[in-house]
Amino acid sequence: MTTPTDEKTTSFSGHQLEETTRRPRRIWGRPGLVTAYAQDMAFFDTRAKLVAVCALVAIAALMPLQLEDDILKLLATGFVLAIGAIGLNLVTGYAGQVSLGHAFFVGVGAVTAAVLNGDPDGRRLGYGITFLPAWMLGAGLVAAVCGAIVAPLATRLRGLYLAIVTLGLVFIGQYIFAEWREGTGGRGVGRDAAVPTLGDVDLTVNGAYTEEQKLYWLMLVILVIFAVLARNLVRSKVGRAFAAVRDRDIAAGVMGVQLGRYKLLAFTISSFYAGVCGSLLYAADGHFSPDEFNLGMSVLFIAMILIGGAGTISGSIMGAMLLALLPRIASELPGFFPFISDRSTEHPNIFEVETALYGVLIIAFLLFEPRGLYGIWHRIRTYWKSFPFSY
Amino acid sequence: MTDIDTAEPLLVFDDVNLSFGSVKAVNGVSFAVQPKELFAIIGPNGAGKTSVFNVLSGVYRPQRGSVTLDGRQLVGMRPPKIAKLGMARTFQNIELFSNLTVLDNLMLGRHQHISYGALAAFAWVGPARRQEHRHRAVVEDIVDFLQLEQWRKMPVGLLPYGVQKRVELGRALAMEPKLLLLDEPVAGMNLEETEDMARFILDIRDELHIPMIMVEHDMGLVMDLADRILVVDFGTPIATGTPQEIQSNPDVIRAYLGGDHQTEAATDGPALTKEAAG
Repeated sequence: MTTPTDEKTTSFSGHQLEETTRRPRRIWGRPGLVTAYAQDMAFFDTRAKLVAVCALVAIAALMPLQLEDDILKLLATGFVLAIGAIGLNLVTGYAGQVSLGHAFFVGVGAVTAAVLNGDPDGRRLGYGITFLPAWMLGAGLVAAVCGAIVAPLATRLRGLYLAIVTLGLVFIGQYIFAEWREGTGGRGVGRDAAVPTLGDVDLTVNGAYTEEQKLYWLMLVILVIFAVLARNLVRSKVGRAFAAVRDRDIAAGVMGVQLGRYKLLAFTISSFYAGVCGSLLYAADGHFSPDEFNLGMSVLFIAMILIGGAGTISGSIMGAMLLALLPRIASELPGFFPFISDRSTEHPNIFEVETALYGVLIIAFLLFEPRGLYGIWHRIRTYWKSFPFSY
Repeated sequence: MTDIDTAEPLLVFDDVNLSFGSVKAVNGVSFAVQPKELFAIIGPNGAGKTSVFNVLSGVYRPQRGSVTLDGRQLVGMRPPKIAKLGMARTFQNIELFSNLTVLDNLMLGRHQHISYGALAAFAWVGPARRQEHRHRAVVEDIVDFLQLEQWRKMPVGLLPYGVQKRVELGRALAMEPKLLLLDEPVAGMNLEETEDMARFILDIRDELHIPMIMVEHDMGLVMDLADRILVVDFGTPIATGTPQEIQSNPDVIRAYLGGDHQTEAATDGPALTKEAAG
């Protein structure tokens, strides 16, 4: 059997093929001119993008030298949450499969990492693997397997029904985590989280740099790696197929996209990201309890991608950072609004304001900027691109 | 025309029955499409034309009958498998991926020709990178062919209707099909857009030599372009033949204009063209 590619009956053979392999030509006085497809399809397709992202990463890398440790800890947690948010955005924002079960996969990741990393002679189950990439990727893989098992549900259900079924996953997960005391420590008790070490250096012990600084850098590096990988994925064949499944599933099938396969892939990859997120999420605290992987956490991730921007990688990061910093933002409010108290016995206090702010943010973004923080950024960018013309 | 009549048919649609409950959407329809042929299916609203397309592309599974493309049985296959065998289609109501750009929509047409896996996609090195660039070049040929240059990077949801129809045609062409199904390619278009589309359809036949099945209500277009026409009414085939034969067929005229016009209209073939086109 010959595949359609072998056929020479059509004239679409890419006669401009040599241009694709050609190196981009520099033409004097035309710095923005695109002369090869490689250039047009590059990760950073414009110089401005390259410069801006490099500057942003550089600033982020230098921040620990300036900021206080408590903010660094929040930011590091934000980076880890961003990995989980990217995962949820892949399955929900890109592939259009609404999942309320993200907390379950985060939980699987956290427990797996703790078990792999745990002290073999300790009270809880542990295998004593100290090599960080091993237990981090191991946690991701176990979560990915769980995702792959759940994925067939998505080929049968869609929309709200899928959301409800994945919601069930959270409750099943809570039960398993609570009952499996050897692995998780049980409800209300918990166990020590995986301890990040690089070589002989324990990152959770203060040395030349503080614990928070070291964890911040670690999480930043891991986030950048996972964000770049995700960005590559979504601009590839796989990312296009995800979007096709989301936008028009029947047409996607007729175009040759195997729906079941790509839904499976979306859930698997999403769960992998969630697992990695879970494995690192409690590194700073050093302890976690199985009660934390509840519906509230799933909703938190949904809120991150709604506020950040569904179907965008940068939006996932922005949304995660905003929600990670929300408690801190709320605690700064009494300085600006004296009627807000920082004591929980008085009303209104910062804790109430934080909860209210969380809800208001979700509602406000859905109503006024459904494309999220990414949409706001996009609008600013377009405004300056066409400045001084407003259209 | 002579080589069309004698050649081995590319597609054989044999005695297909498709019903939803007691509604017979397709009732014993048979036809064969020759290589290089532009075959048209016409019929009043609800005649089952789109159902025929849905059977062809695997969206519906008929209760009885067989459909073979190049000798391969298609009944029971899933749409992606049929797409891989070389069947591409456009839809009556545009089914583009409206959040994606024109380029991405066309690249989705290339989906089955791109072979790298998910792991390569993550890394975007080696085969993934090379294949993306190569298929981009192919897609740019189609952009050229359909004159879509100025809309390349626009999300298709923002494009005018006529252009969206053209993008959908491009997406089907990107699949490098053996057989192209066009479901009402000029529905809702103004005269200028219709003429553009007719030009593109002729170009596809003359330059790319892709056989086509077209469902269309614009009788002027059908009579001008089609090599052969199948007329269906209430799921039942009425007649098959060249445009001249169809225009003068009394059964066809009865289906379109009602029983009373049988005798007068039968002698007045071109009248059908005007009446039905309006």
